[in-house]
Amino acid sequence: MRFGKIIFIVLLLSCIGISVFAVDRFPRPEFDSGHVLPKITTPGARADVMGYVDIALLIVALALASYLSLKARSRRGLRLLGIFSLLYFGFFRKGCICSVGAVQNIMLALFDSHYAIPLGGLAFFVLPLVFALFFGRAFCAGVCPLGAIQDVVVLKPIRIPRPLGLLLGTIPYVYLGVAVLFAATGVGFIICRFDPFVAFFRFGGSFAMLVFGGLLLAAGIFVARPYCRFLCPYGVLLGWLSRFSKFSVTTTPDDCIQCRLCENACPFDAIDEPTPETAPEPRAKGIRRLAITLMVMPICILLGGWIGGRLNLPLSYYDLRVQTAARIQQEEEGTATGQTFETEHFRNTGELTNNLLRESADRQNKLQLGGWILGGFIGLVFCSRFLGLSVRRTSKDYGPNSATCLSCGRCFLSCPKEHERLKKLRGGGGAS
Amino acid sequence: MSEANTKKPSRRDFNRGLMRGAGLLAIVGVTAGMGRRMRKDNTVWQLDPDKCVQCGRCATECVLNPSAVKCVHAYDICGYCDLCAGYHQPSAKVTDTAAENQLCPTAAIKRTYIEDPYYEYAIEESLCVGCGKCVKGCGAFGNGSLFLQVRHDRCVNCNDCSIARACPANAFRRVSAEQPYILKGQSGEARA
Ligand code: SF4
Ligand code: SF4
Ligand code: SF4
Ligand code: SF4
Repeated sequence: MRFGKIIFIVLLLSCIGISVFAVDRFPRPEFDSGHVLPKITTPGARADVMGYVDIALLIVALALASYLSLKARSRRGLRLLGIFSLLYFGFFRKGCICSVGAVQNIMLALFDSHYAIPLGGLAFFVLPLVFALFFGRAFCAGVCPLGAIQDVVVLKPIRIPRPLGLLLGTIPYVYLGVAVLFAATGVGFIICRFDPFVAFFRFGGSFAMLVFGGLLLAAGIFVARPYCRFLCPYGVLLGWLSRFSKFSVTTTPDDCIQCRLCENACPFDAIDEPTPETAPEPRAKGIRRLAITLMVMPICILLGGWIGGRLNLPLSYYDLRVQTAARIQQEEEGTATGQTFETEHFRNTGELTNNLLRESADRQNKLQLGGWILGGFIGLVFCSRFLGLSVRRTSKDYGPNSATCLSCGRCFLSCPKEHERLKKLRGGGGAS
Repeated sequence: MSEANTKKPSRRDFNRGLMRGAGLLAIVGVTAGMGRRMRKDNTVWQLDPDKCVQCGRCATECVLNPSAVKCVHAYDICGYCDLCAGYHQPSAKVTDTAAENQLCPTAAIKRTYIEDPYYEYAIEESLCVGCGKCVKGCGAFGNGSLFLQVRHDRCVNCNDCSIARACPANAFRRVSAEQPYILKGQSGEARA
């Protein structure tokens, strides 16, 4: 009986064209047996209160990391804290949301009026930065799950030649710039998409990301924390702020006695040598240097901007909507034959092609403008890094660079003064 | 700590303090700016069943395996058909429960006899992989009572949902965690 009806309907539909959204082809039954319709179950999302727990734990962990790196000077404590963070923020919370990616939520909220940022996203972005401003990179020392997973595999760190380190160190700036551009224009969150360790935290992910993460961890045995130093976009912001932090980690608890024992103690090459005493630069030379700087800087920025402004096509290719629009256009003009997965299913939606084309054009315009700004920013970064325009540092002692030091505490025990301090502490404890 | 070691405030310390102030100002500025663009509730990802075209990517693109997207059934628009276009292969000759006659690749749809001629279809979520084959069948030949949803007891709420980035129908969006489903049928009408 039903069967016949179906055949009839199918025949009917094949005449008028099948609509996926059609409902009520069949009357809803009236049950004689009084059967009650089951309800759709709607298991809830994670309770908001758990979000507050995350924020509270973040604050506690940041405070603890600051205390352990600055006051208690305990590498062991930092390591334990790192393992806790790895377990909680990494494996338990499955890596989302994390501070490294939160900058994208901020950008999206700034530029997309439909998006409002949840409190958690804002807190995870802001809190580590505030701590960096006062206590150095406490976040990297023992709170960031990405840092923590790399920290456990630092076994045989080697030194990276300084020029190479400087060159690789520019990647995070580019990464940050592109991520901010893509987030602001609504293209997507690349920091999340290319997070190398989140697949481990979830025990699953795309094969490519698992391989990438595995390779990074393997490289991390020798090149300590490669993601932190040569990729992490959030590290750029943390570095900017911790450069001016009120308190920062020192290798020696006391005065430096120039014994050079700590020279190679930092696996991240973050310990600066003393700058040799030089006669102050003659005034005329200083002025000339400044003039050259002022001339070269705008050229770098403009050149970068010009290149960036031309990159909107390759950049927009990353966006699925733009890609689909371009392909649809080709298909309609006859320059491409056949349908791709995207165009075929886009046509199934019944959305107007013009809609898609307009959206795509709009996004490309934004990317072009953003490309100029991004290029200018990258030009500025390269210029100041390689033309020696960075602030000239003067220091008589060995000590961690406050911008690149990850506050891990590995160098403490290389300092003979630290051993003295510990002996005194123990002695003091014994006497009382 | 560096401060403890310096005897008298030098020009360098002063500059540092100045820059620190600037940094703090920037952070406060961003936070204050965000204050207006903030929401108290959290957001989660959901797909709009009216936009979904059952392309199959929900099954393959989720970071979880099997996917956090599952088929759900709006019983109140179901016709309780004997020959269910979501349950049976189009080629099925007999409307029995033999696996080769079922559309679902994992046999996740369970059917129970209610009364002549009505059967009820329920999804066993632990088996469903979110491929949408049944949804397509039901939408094309039935009442469209089967549809896909992100199930929040499974979804880990990625900051950037990987299915959302790959969905050709642009069906995914962020919704409030307090109303995390976009349902069909009567229970769905309440959402608007
Ligand atoms: S540098 Fe980046 S990834 Fe590394 S610990 Fe710091 S925030 Fe985390
Ligand atoms: S990816 Fe989009 S169109 Fe494809 S099944 Fe999922 S929601 Fe539907
Ligand atoms: S947010 Fe993540 S877990 Fe949830 S449906 Fe999307 S990809 Fe899957
Ligand atoms: S056909 Fe696909 S979507 Fe439907 S119940 Fe089976 S696995 Fe789930």
